[in-house]
Amino acid sequence: MSQSLRPYLQAVRSSLTAALCLSNFASQTAERHNVPEIEAETSPEVLLTPLTIARNENERVLIEPSINSVRISIKIKQADEIENILVHKFTRFLNQRAEAFFILRRKPMKVRECLFPSVSESPIVALAQWWRTAGAQEPGGEEGYDISFLITNFHTEEMLKHKLVDFIIQFMEEVDKEISEMKLFLNARARFVAESFLTPFD
Amino acid sequence: MASPEVHHLFHHPIADHSFSADRKTLAVAKDSNVEIYGKVANSFKLKAQLKDHDKTVTSVDIAPKSGRIVSCSQDRNAIVWEPSPEGYKPALVLLRVNRAATFVRWSPSETKFAVGSGDRVIAICYFEEENDWWVSKHLKKPIRSTITTVAWHPNSVLLAAGSADAHARVFSSFIKGVDSRPPPGVWGERLPFNTVCGEYLNNSAGWIHAVSFSPSGDALAFAAHDSSVTVVYPSGPDQAPKAILAVSTQLLPFMSLIWSNESEIIAAGYDCEAFKFHGSEAGWGLVGTVEAKGRPGLGDAREESALNMFKQMDLKGKVKDDTQLKTVHQNTISTIREYESSGGNVTKFSSSGVDGRVVIWSL
Repeated sequence: MSQSLRPYLQAVRSSLTAALCLSNFASQTAERHNVPEIEAETSPEVLLTPLTIARNENERVLIEPSINSVRISIKIKQADEIENILVHKFTRFLNQRAEAFFILRRKPMKVRECLFPSVSESPIVALAQWWRTAGAQEPGGEEGYDISFLITNFHTEEMLKHKLVDFIIQFMEEVDKEISEMKLFLNARARFVAESFLTPFD
Repeated sequence: MASPEVHHLFHHPIADHSFSADRKTLAVAKDSNVEIYGKVANSFKLKAQLKDHDKTVTSVDIAPKSGRIVSCSQDRNAIVWEPSPEGYKPALVLLRVNRAATFVRWSPSETKFAVGSGDRVIAICYFEEENDWWVSKHLKKPIRSTITTVAWHPNSVLLAAGSADAHARVFSSFIKGVDSRPPPGVWGERLPFNTVCGEYLNNSAGWIHAVSFSPSGDALAFAAHDSSVTVVYPSGPDQAPKAILAVSTQLLPFMSLIWSNESEIIAAGYDCEAFKFHGSEAGWGLVGTVEAKGRPGLGDAREESALNMFKQMDLKGKVKDDTQLKTVHQNTISTIREYESSGGNVTKFSSSGVDGRVVIWSL
């Protein structure tokens, strides 16, 4: 593990452990509903300030906690166009099988649009809203994230919390390895194809 | 210290639990049912399932003297279950709330109970003889979000409530004809219905998970999502409180707390174990855990041979089995309650959690 990866993953791990303190919370706006508040965004007081942990400009994690759900978005390192394509294909493959992964969100988070606090809200709620939108717009946030997870209180009830955290951390560790392996493989294949294509002209 | 008594009832979250006065009956909220367990020898056996709710039951409470059970659920209803020889007879309560009912507790006098709800109201329910029905009166102002928890003052008039808008409040729930006029105290002298006797904001605006009055009723403690426990000592009506002492910790937030006596608080929550706080008006502080770590038979005695290591790697793909937590509870503790007390000191308390365990601890 490289020198800067360890503190990065450690920061993600402790932030996730704290963020995954979820409880069963029924909707305040819709009768007899129980929805992930981070997706519904109907009650600003049950959402916490989102947190971005960045290793460098290409690798970062966005954690958006709320009272009954946490959304975790990961930006996977992409050094060049090939990696770009590989990451896109890889995450698309996972997203299409989101049901099998339980905590995977079908669509990765793009950057949040700026929410304007409505006039009827109290100043503290408006401030909280502004803080949330301001937090989501740090530099380099334009392109959005590659893959998102949505963990609700129902997941933390039936799965072990520390194992959920381990899963996310492991995913972050492995995905870089996977992508660079795929890139190597792709390059090797390209070389082989080019060679065999050009042999007749030799 | 005696080792804790662990009852693993099922693999399902227990939203709330309550023991009867003789500690032989245990009611737990499981999914959309209330399950009644009876004590057989040293374990609890399922006796009855109360199935009238159609959404998650959020809270359940047994009145110690009358044995009535009240339960509330996210289907917006509360039900009072009257014990009778042929089982429990349900009586729907006229709550008049349009969102989930989140928390219910009997008052110490057992003539009323309070139901917190996501409708930004607390329904104070009492029995009306002429209609033969449980009716309710609403505490509305100045609640601005879901009520997460309520707790009664020993005089059965004052009620503390914590809500998701980061406030712990103390209300008067005096109902004419049901309550006798309470003696004046530190919280106020005249206490008509819906008097706000105290309103305390959590420092970092985290939602409140638990509130509790001290045994004398002259202090209030609340736990919030910023992992802090705050103790408030009021000085009298319309005066600033004598002391507001916030203890912030490096732990995960607490979901529930009780006072074991005037100078000790037990709190438990997302760390899956209970912690002790000691203090007085001069100051409060975290003392330590209730649970003694390193009990025998918790995996530490496992064989550490090379064979075992390779076996583990083959079976599970890793060397160490780290699925078990070191605590008795394997997931968040959602409720702790007093179980046994002597001379004003709580000697045993019970805890229930998301892992489906009910554990009785001795202090």
